Amino acid sequence: MSTPKPQSTANRQAGLGIFRSIAALLPLVFSLAALTWGFFFIRDLQSGANVAPQLVLVVLAIIWGVGGIVLLFTTANFFVEQLPDAWIRRLQPFIFVGPAIIMLGWALVIPTIRTIIASFFGDASIKFAGLKNYIYIFSDPTLLVMFRNNLMWIVFGTSFTVVVGLLVAVLADRSKFETIAKGLVFLPMAISFVGAGVIWNFVYAVRPMGAPQIGLLNAIVTSFGGQPEAWTAFFQPWNNFFLIVIVVWLQTGFAMVLFSAAIKGIPTEIMEAARVDGATEIQIFFRIMIPQILGTIITVTTTIVIFSLKIFDVVWVMTGGQYGTSVIATQFYRQYFTYNRNGVGSAIAVVLFVAVIPVMAYNLRQFARREVFK
Amino acid sequence: MKSKFLGSFLVNGSLALICLFWTIPTFGLLVSSFRDRIDINQTGWWTIFPHKEWVTAQEITPDPSVDRNGPMTLGGVTATFEQFRDGIDQNGQRYIWIGNRRIGHLEIQNYRWTANLGFTLQNYKQVLASGNYTAILKNGTTQTMPGDSMYRAFLNSIAVAVPATVIPIALASFAAYGFAWMKFPGRKMLFALVVGLLVIPLQIALIPLLRDFVTLHVNGTFLAVWLAHTGFGLPLATYLLFNYISELPRDIIEAAFADGASHFTIFTSLIIPLSVPALAAFAIFQFLWVWNDYLVALVFIGASPTNQLVTQRLAEIVGSRGQSWHLLTAGGFVTMILPLIVFFSLQRYFVRGLLAGSVKG
Repeated sequence: MSTPKPQSTANRQAGLGIFRSIAALLPLVFSLAALTWGFFFIRDLQSGANVAPQLVLVVLAIIWGVGGIVLLFTTANFFVEQLPDAWIRRLQPFIFVGPAIIMLGWALVIPTIRTIIASFFGDASIKFAGLKNYIYIFSDPTLLVMFRNNLMWIVFGTSFTVVVGLLVAVLADRSKFETIAKGLVFLPMAISFVGAGVIWNFVYAVRPMGAPQIGLLNAIVTSFGGQPEAWTAFFQPWNNFFLIVIVVWLQTGFAMVLFSAAIKGIPTEIMEAARVDGATEIQIFFRIMIPQILGTIITVTTTIVIFSLKIFDVVWVMTGGQYGTSVIATQFYRQYFTYNRNGVGSAIAVVLFVAVIPVMAYNLRQFARREVFK
Repeated sequence: MKSKFLGSFLVNGSLALICLFWTIPTFGLLVSSFRDRIDINQTGWWTIFPHKEWVTAQEITPDPSVDRNGPMTLGGVTATFEQFRDGIDQNGQRYIWIGNRRIGHLEIQNYRWTANLGFTLQNYKQVLASGNYTAILKNGTTQTMPGDSMYRAFLNSIAVAVPATVIPIALASFAAYGFAWMKFPGRKMLFALVVGLLVIPLQIALIPLLRDFVTLHVNGTFLAVWLAHTGFGLPLATYLLFNYISELPRDIIEAAFADGASHFTIFTSLIIPLSVPALAAFAIFQFLWVWNDYLVALVFIGASPTNQLVTQRLAEIVGSRGQSWHLLTAGGFVTMILPLIVFFSLQRYFVRGLLAGSVKG
């Protein structure tokens, strides 16, 4: 960082600086204006009857987004660097972190506060309703189903993903086919929930008794003399389980990759020492591996718990939340967008928010211990 | 020695089983997407493999004068309509009535090896088409149905995903540098905000954001989705890039300061080139996330037919024609092809991103 200048120079600079600063502000004002103009220009390219081709929009969006950000930083930085040194040091950090913080504030922080406020108001957001929306959520029988289902998602979804992920990681670690096996299990991570929904809808497809089954599961069931079953619809409450399988299938790859990296990080000497002492593979797994990768297990578990809490796409696409499969996120969507119940919808979102607060607190505590911030 | 062999057999065997379970559903979809729409609905996709089944050798259409309410003699077998309908096995052949009593016919079938091959690209052509598409079916008839505009949706998804990946990276890399290498009041508190927001459920922000977009008249356009994804992706982007940038060697950066370089120069000419692996990792992460997203698109693009994305189009087919498997299978693959390519070519970076940012929900 630059050395402090002698006092007299600094004073003279401050005097001149006023005019210089105002002049230096012009590029910043200009770039802000350009960014705003670009916003409306791109907006109007997409509204009305004449929609610009996608390629034009992509190029313009990148020019506007990235170019605009770079322009804004450059001009703001130029302005600040004309100021006295003390001000440079005071203001420059905010040029770097400011835009991101403003964006976070506008897109996440303020909306959160607004949603919390809206949750205490009626559906038109005019009349104060107190806790009425919350009482409704926690007493209406059709809504209560969502809590049971989310609990199922959290318990079964998380435990299956963690157990299978760990199993694959351990097995692959001992196999010659590690790369290909991990690749195949990891593959669904690239597929959208909607796509995964279609894939599994096809596995679950049902035809009337006697007709040839085109869904793999019912084909297997009927070939053993069983009855074809509409797995995701009338098979309650186990239909939730068939939806959970889809997400386990989708995210086991995530758990596996993290576990695999953690297992490879265990010092080999510990394992070798245990083997020399005559420990069985099972003992090594439970007494050495599990304690060694406990940190990763906790991370993966919390991530998937949060994921299961917010689950939406799969349920929405597969059943629309019907047949007793609704979850918090689908009810949120239904209440707000289908029934126009702003208050109830907001309250459901707040419930979701409150549910992740413990994880937030945990993350923050971990963060407070970090070296960089001490 | 023996137990070692057994152990390796158990390990590889169970691994193979798991991999099979993980691969078969996708494989079934891929195979079906190339099958004729009549085939998809009549036989399971696994019948493309050689298997034994009753294959029709001869068709007998009885004379209209034959009384179908009493016993009929067809192909040397005498039976009633009901018996023929259930199928009669005789001399290693099966005699089975296809169709209804009045206009049906009898088929004589042999039990032999067969495979239902015969593939087509028409399913893909139809889901990609905008406007009407006329398909020529296996049995020679034609069927005209509206296309599903997946081609347009594919371009739309690119138009959404690329800026929604690049813009948050630009914003976040500046912020990550600021948090990592600059000292200012409120630094710890503001970064705590970033960490806190990592796991926030999107649902809590959707409605107020939607109101803002309506006020700005951008609802239903790509601009709304770019902005939303930028906001939602920023916490993870900032966090990941901070982790990386703050661990760059201190002496390189201090040497640059000693040479009189400003923060701005150091950032653009030193930090950005050094951070390419982290930038790439997040870029892949965010690209896949945006491409595969359904909720944000559903809320901010909604029903606008020209701007819908691939996930929305696919969900729409599920909702309106959930039994049209020829469209669902082909449409499913249209949505998957690009993420799979990105994923396979850049898996290394993607895994690195996962390992660094596994706190996000």
